Amino acid sequence: MTVGFIMLCHTALDRAAQVARHWAGHDCPVVIHVDKRVKRKAYDGLVQALADLPNVSFSGRHACEWGTWGIVAATQEAATIMLRQFPQVRHVYLSSGSCLPLRPVAELIRYLDERPRTDFIESVTTEDVGWTIGGLDVERFTLRFPFSWRKQRRLFDSYVRLQRRLGFKRRIPAGIVPHLGSQWWCLTRQTLSAILDNPERNEIDSYFRRVWIPDESYFQTLVRQVSANVESRSLPLSKFDFQGKPHIFYDDHLQILRRSDCFVARKIWPHADRLYATFLSDDTGNQAAAEPNPGKIDRLFARAVERRTKGRAGLYMQSRHPNENWENGRTAAPYSVFEGFSDLFENFETWLGKATGTRVHGHLFAPDRVHFAGGDTVYNGAMSDSAAMRDYNPKSFLTNLIWNTRGERQCFQFGPADNQDLIWFMAGDSNAQISVISGAWAIPLFHSNRNFGEIRREAAQLQKIEAEFLNVLRASWVKARVRTWTLAEFVENPMEPLQTIVDEISPRSLRRLTEAPRLADLTGFGQFLQNLRNQGMQPVLMGDFPATGGLPNTTSRRGRPYLVK
Amino acid sequence: MLRLARKRWLIRAFRKRRELRPVSDRTGQIGADDILVFSTLRNERVRLPFFLNYYRELGVNHFLMVDNDSDDGGREYLASQPDVSLWTTAASYKRSRFGVDWLNWLQRKYGHEHWCLVVDPDEFFVYPFCDTRPLRALTDWLDASSIKSFSAMLLDMYPKGPFDSQPYREGQDPFEIAQWFDSGNYTIERNRKFGNLWIQGGPRARMFFGDLPERAPALNKIPLVKWHRSYAYASSTHMLLPRGLNQVYDEWGGEKASGVLLHAKFLDTFARKAEEEMERKQHYANSHEYRAYRLAMAKEPDLWCKWSEKYINWRQLEILGLMSKGNWA
Repeated sequence: MTVGFIMLCHTALDRAAQVARHWAGHDCPVVIHVDKRVKRKAYDGLVQALADLPNVSFSGRHACEWGTWGIVAATQEAATIMLRQFPQVRHVYLSSGSCLPLRPVAELIRYLDERPRTDFIESVTTEDVGWTIGGLDVERFTLRFPFSWRKQRRLFDSYVRLQRRLGFKRRIPAGIVPHLGSQWWCLTRQTLSAILDNPERNEIDSYFRRVWIPDESYFQTLVRQVSANVESRSLPLSKFDFQGKPHIFYDDHLQILRRSDCFVARKIWPHADRLYATFLSDDTGNQAAAEPNPGKIDRLFARAVERRTKGRAGLYMQSRHPNENWENGRTAAPYSVFEGFSDLFENFETWLGKATGTRVHGHLFAPDRVHFAGGDTVYNGAMSDSAAMRDYNPKSFLTNLIWNTRGERQCFQFGPADNQDLIWFMAGDSNAQISVISGAWAIPLFHSNRNFGEIRREAAQLQKIEAEFLNVLRASWVKARVRTWTLAEFVENPMEPLQTIVDEISPRSLRRLTEAPRLADLTGFGQFLQNLRNQGMQPVLMGDFPATGGLPNTTSRRGRPYLVK
Repeated sequence: MLRLARKRWLIRAFRKRRELRPVSDRTGQIGADDILVFSTLRNERVRLPFFLNYYRELGVNHFLMVDNDSDDGGREYLASQPDVSLWTTAASYKRSRFGVDWLNWLQRKYGHEHWCLVVDPDEFFVYPFCDTRPLRALTDWLDASSIKSFSAMLLDMYPKGPFDSQPYREGQDPFEIAQWFDSGNYTIERNRKFGNLWIQGGPRARMFFGDLPERAPALNKIPLVKWHRSYAYASSTHMLLPRGLNQVYDEWGGEKASGVLLHAKFLDTFARKAEEEMERKQHYANSHEYRAYRLAMAKEPDLWCKWSEKYINWRQLEILGLMSKGNWA
């Protein structure tokens, strides 16, 4: 017993001839159908090229426009010829002109001989398929499709909509339970002949003639009526991309195809010389009788589809520019924003770097320049420290920084004196960890040697900007992890919040902080705030500082408060 | 409105056709499926052998080139190449909208229904799998996926040290010298009117336009298009009309396939070129770009910095996020 191949061809006829010769040469009869739209001359060339092979036949030509009946008609006719002319054939294998055998034909024959009654055809009920084009599954069977999906898309779509609105439905003939599946199959003589010789075939055909994409449903449906043993998978290795088009194999897939242990792959790029040369030569290594195992290839193509549909989070580039809220992650990785910390602590940046092992920058959005960690003038990805360039497109600046430093968490200082363009962007970014000690901006003012009138004006302005930032952080749509304290709250008990933040940044270290950063000198700060008040400016963001005395809890632990556990 | 603009540019291209004088017209050789390269050039003789071979090896079938009054022997060299059709003109580069009008005309006449790649002699197209798959594999895949235009942003390559420390020899791979690039300092903005992205950045923005980033040159390019005679490039290869062709990026989080044009501008030839171009005053925005270069050149610039990335292959560019495989696997 042997297997016969039906080949549906429409391009690259030279490759089809090569493959047909390969199969025929291994005593597998071949029936070739060539699309009617192929030029006469090319067709004659193919016939000529295979004229010396007695077990290659050609079937009558139908026009095979995608999604139409022509493909099924071509298959029926070719299958009829196959069953009639080649009685030694037990399994009939439907393949295309761009298919390529990956394993020796003898192995396929042996495999099928061990399963003489099995029909290999993907056949799934309409409820169970998730891959249909245009969202049409059961409606393929109940609507009418007089317009071409490829050439008259608008008419096609509007006619579908119209039928839905009018509640139009074709009647599905009795006994037919719609099933869908890959166009490519391998059926036994018994099953195939039962389908083709069905006394009601005329009726069934005239129904399917108007079904959309009948090549994915005709045999898939009818096989359920006649076969006792359906293996619902397609023997050829054939993967489809997100548009429902088959993935194409190239020379560089050689190794992965070899290891797949599949019998036949589709579809092969016609110019993949190395694939054709390798797999059509007879010395393809004799593997053990392995089951087809397309897992690796599945993963490769699944990754490709995911790249196309989801993309890489936080990447903005020439072919990925997501609309707002469609980013799948606004930035590439978690990062931390600290407002007020470097004002309250004298050595916050170095301390944080040591405590968390992350990259800690200064004020990235400072008005004079970008304060990269270590005072660098150029940073990862060759980013410039020019404030003008950063402010030209702050969003690109931040997303670039986070993308360039994937794998190393970035922390930076922020404050009301900085460029505020990104506060909405960061607040809506689930990768952002934003910690604010409100009112801490007053400490540098307190320490500065400037005229009080000037200080008052600046304090008013900074307070307004920070209040706006805090307002944004309180919005309901905020996705960032936000923590805010007033200066008074924070000073009262600095270690606990610091520990929380550090734990969140480096959860694995789980160390207790032994060393705290050095607090700025706040002696007289209460009086300073009172002076601002007296001058008519109301400092509200700092919380309650008593007008006299030092810190609210009066511990005034200056220097390095070592934590007692 | 955009339709009118497109018509106007096509008419303009039609008028400018008279400025072109054929030197060697081999367009009769062009076959139905041929992949075509279109290019304008001026005094690029030393670059031409490598340029032609690079694209021949990718599988380009025919070159259609406009010589803008070269006097370095480039015209004669090109005229002797069997797969090059050459036109020449002494007319103003600037008034042909930097060569766009000339090429729009040639593309309309010879590019219809062909995959057309529009590149300068210092631009080298890199696309996913370009080390294992010829250009036709890409165009076949684009055809099968019903994609008509393919994006490849310009990536400025530069040497380490002053430009003239390693002279470029004819036929040499320019990226043996200009091996370095900026990997992650590009800004992107969407152009609402034309639907294209506007990308700036790289070493030129970093070194020459630190204070005036909005003046930095555009790097977005759409050089590979399945041409139709009704199409027109609007401004260099940065954008096209009809504007649907500019939709080379995904807006819903996914990535479309894209490539890169490696830009071998910064070789020892650059200083000479900058001087020459300043004198001709034939470049964009009153040659502002070249003016900035000349100022910077006086200081012997080194575009290299410690974060510069050394070029390896397309996979590196893919990992860095400068280009994408999309769903091509």
